[in-house]
Amino acid sequence: MPQKVFAPWDDPQEKPLIQFKNVTKRFGSFTAIDNLNLDIFEREFFALLGPSGCGKTTLMRMLAGFETPTEGTIQLSGKDIGGVPPNQRAVNMMFQSYALFPHLSVWENIAFGLKREGKDKGAIETRVSEMMRLTRLEKFRNRKPHQLSGGQRQRVALARSLAKAPKLLLLDEPLGALDRKLREETQFELMDIQEKTGTTFVIVTHDQEEAMTVASRVAVMDEGKLVQVATPDRIYEGPNSVYVADFIGDVNIIEGRAHQTGDKVQVIWSESEPPLMATTQKNFSLDQKCYMAIRPEKVGISADRPTAANALKGKILDIAYLGNISTYHVELPSGHVIKAQEANTRRIARRHFTWEDEVWISWTDTAAVLLEQ
Amino acid sequence: MRRFSWFNATALTLGFVFLYLPMVILVIYSFNASKLVTVWAGFSTRWYGELMRNEAFLDAALVTLKVGIVSSTLATVLGTMGAYVMIRAGRFTGRTLFSGMIYAPLVMPEVITGLSLLLLFIGIGLDRGIVTIILAHTTFSMCYVSVVVSSRLVSFDRSLEEAALDLGASPFEAFRLVTLPIIAPAVISGWLLAFTLSLDDLVIASFTAGPSSTTLPIKIFSAVRLGVSPEINALSTIMISIVTVGVIGASLVSKRAAVKRQEEERAAVRT
Ligand SMILES: Nc1ncnc2c1ncn2[C@@H]1O[C@H](COP(=O)(O)OP(=O)(O)OP(=O)(O)O)[C@@H](O)[C@H]1O
Ligand SMILES: [Mg+2]
Repeated sequence: MPQKVFAPWDDPQEKPLIQFKNVTKRFGSFTAIDNLNLDIFEREFFALLGPSGCGKTTLMRMLAGFETPTEGTIQLSGKDIGGVPPNQRAVNMMFQSYALFPHLSVWENIAFGLKREGKDKGAIETRVSEMMRLTRLEKFRNRKPHQLSGGQRQRVALARSLAKAPKLLLLDEPLGALDRKLREETQFELMDIQEKTGTTFVIVTHDQEEAMTVASRVAVMDEGKLVQVATPDRIYEGPNSVYVADFIGDVNIIEGRAHQTGDKVQVIWSESEPPLMATTQKNFSLDQKCYMAIRPEKVGISADRPTAANALKGKILDIAYLGNISTYHVELPSGHVIKAQEANTRRIARRHFTWEDEVWISWTDTAAVLLEQ
Repeated sequence: MRRFSWFNATALTLGFVFLYLPMVILVIYSFNASKLVTVWAGFSTRWYGELMRNEAFLDAALVTLKVGIVSSTLATVLGTMGAYVMIRAGRFTGRTLFSGMIYAPLVMPEVITGLSLLLLFIGIGLDRGIVTIILAHTTFSMCYVSVVVSSRLVSFDRSLEEAALDLGASPFEAFRLVTLPIIAPAVISGWLLAFTLSLDDLVIASFTAGPSSTTLPIKIFSAVRLGVSPEINALSTIMISIVTVGVIGASLVSKRAAVKRQEEERAAVRT
C-alpha cells in the first residue's frame, strides 16, 4: 500500500482547522495585519517567516484570543472564535517573551495549566515529569525562573505550553536561545510529539533552516500580508516573487527584459552580453520587465567554457569558505556579481580556483526561475 | 573619599534638630519622675504604669487599633481594586478625569473631607461611632493605597496575566494566582501606610466619632486642653514608636521585595 502524502491543502474536500477570513488588525491608524486569508489544517506544522515587525506575533495573539480582529473572522473547526475568551480556547501559546511566572518554581510553572483543569495530583505529577524529561529540566525542578539561563527559561516556557497537549499549539520563536544541537533535538521532539498527539503547530521562526526542517508548509509574511504560502520545497524552488526568493535562502537576481517563444524565454539583461535562457510556465509580454532568480548551488564554476545554456565569463572577487561548501563571488564585466556554490569534496590545498582567477560560470535553462516582481 | 564640609554638616544637623528636637524632648519627659511636666526630677517609668491603669486611655487605644486594622484592610481591598481597574482599563475618554478623581482626596483639606462625611452620616441617619470612623478612614486612606499599588502595576508585565489566561485560568484566578502574589509587597506597604494614617488621624476622626467611641488622638487632644500630663507624654512616646516601626516596616517591605521581584520578573522575561 503506498503511503498517503500529507497534503490536505491540495484537497478541496478537507476542512481547515483554522480559517482566517479577510482578517485585518489595526492598532490605531497602523495596520498590523492587512486583509489576510489563510487556511491551516489539522496536524499541520505551519511555519511563519518574515522580517521583524511584519505581524507574526499579532497573528498568533489573535489565535490565542488576546487581540480581536478589527475586521474579518477567525474560525476554529468551522466555528467563529471571535467571542471566546483566551481561557476557554483549546489553544496554548508559548510567548516570545516566555512570560514565566517569576514567583513559581519550574515545576509549578509547568503544572499551572494542568492544575486549572482540576486534574488529580498523580496525573499532574506524571505529566509534569514527562515534560521536564522531554525538555531536560529535571535538575531544575525547584528553581525559580530568575535562577535559570536563557535557554533553560525557553525550555520551561516550551514545556509549560506543551503540558496541556492542546489541539492547537502556538510557538513564538520557541528555540531561538538554544544551542544548535539542543535545537535540532528539540525540533525532532516537536515533530515526534506532533506525530503522536496529532497536535497542530503554528510556529514563528527566524531560522529558515528550522522552518524547512519541521514545517509542512511555510508562510512568508511582509508588512501584515502573506506573500507566499507553500511547502518548503516549493517555496524554495518556486518562489513567487523576488521578495520570497531573497528571504528564503541565498539567491542571485538578474533583472532583464523578456522575449518569450513558447515556454522558452530569452532574457535581455546586458548591452554587451548575449541573452540568458530560461523556461517558464508563465506568460510574459514582449519586453516585459522580469527577474531571473538563480540559487548559488545551481551555478557551476569551471576553468573552461562549459556547454550549458547559460555561460558567462568573470573574475573571482571573493571566496567564502563554509566548511562543507565554498561560495565564490564572481564579478562579470558588466559589473554584476554572481554567487556560485561548490561542494568541497577535495581538501582545501587541492582546490584549483583562487582570487582574481578568470573562470566560467554556467547554469542550465531550467535551473532559474523567472519572476514578474 | 568625600571631603568633610562644615556647611553640609551644619545644614544636616540643623535640619534634623528642627525635625526631631520636639519629639526627643517629649520622649525624655515621658520618663520624668516628677508630676510637673517642665521640671526634671530623675528617671522613672512611673507614668507608663499609670497609663496602663487608665481605663479611658485603654478604651481609646482599643478603638484606635480596631479602626486602624479594619479600615486599612478595607482601604487596601478597595484601593487595590481601583488601581487594578484604572491600570487595566487602558485608554478611554475621560480616563485622566477618572484617575484624577481617585487621587483628588489626597490633596483635599481634611477638614472638608471630615465635614462632608459628617453631613453624609447625618443625612443617612447613621449614628456616629466606631462604624462611621472606620468608613471615614477607609475613604481617605484608600487613595493612598491606590497610589502605591498602581505605581507597582504600571511596571507589571501584562503578558504574565495573559499566560495565565492562556493556560486556562479564569480572570479572577489569574489575578489571585499570578498578579496578586507578584504585587503583594506593594499591597502590604499600602496596608501599612493606611494603618499609620488611620492611627494618626485627628481631624476626620473628630468629625465622625461619637461619644461612645473616641480614638487615641482625640483623647490626647482633649486631655491636653486640660493641661499636659506626663501620662500623655508616655502615651505619645508609645504612639511615636508604633508609627516609626510601621513606617520603617512599610518602606523596608516595599523596597526590598520590590527590588527582588523586579529582578525576578526582569529575569523571567526575555529582553
Ligand atoms: N499593541 C500594539 N499597539 C500598537 N502597535 C502594535 C501593537 N502590537 C504590535 N504592534 C505593531 O504591529 C506590528 C507587528 O508586530 P508583531 O509583534 O506582530 O511583529 P512580529 O512579526 O512578531 O515581529 P518580531 O519578529 O520582531 O517578533 C509592529 O510594527 C508593531 O509595532
Ligand atoms: Mg514577534
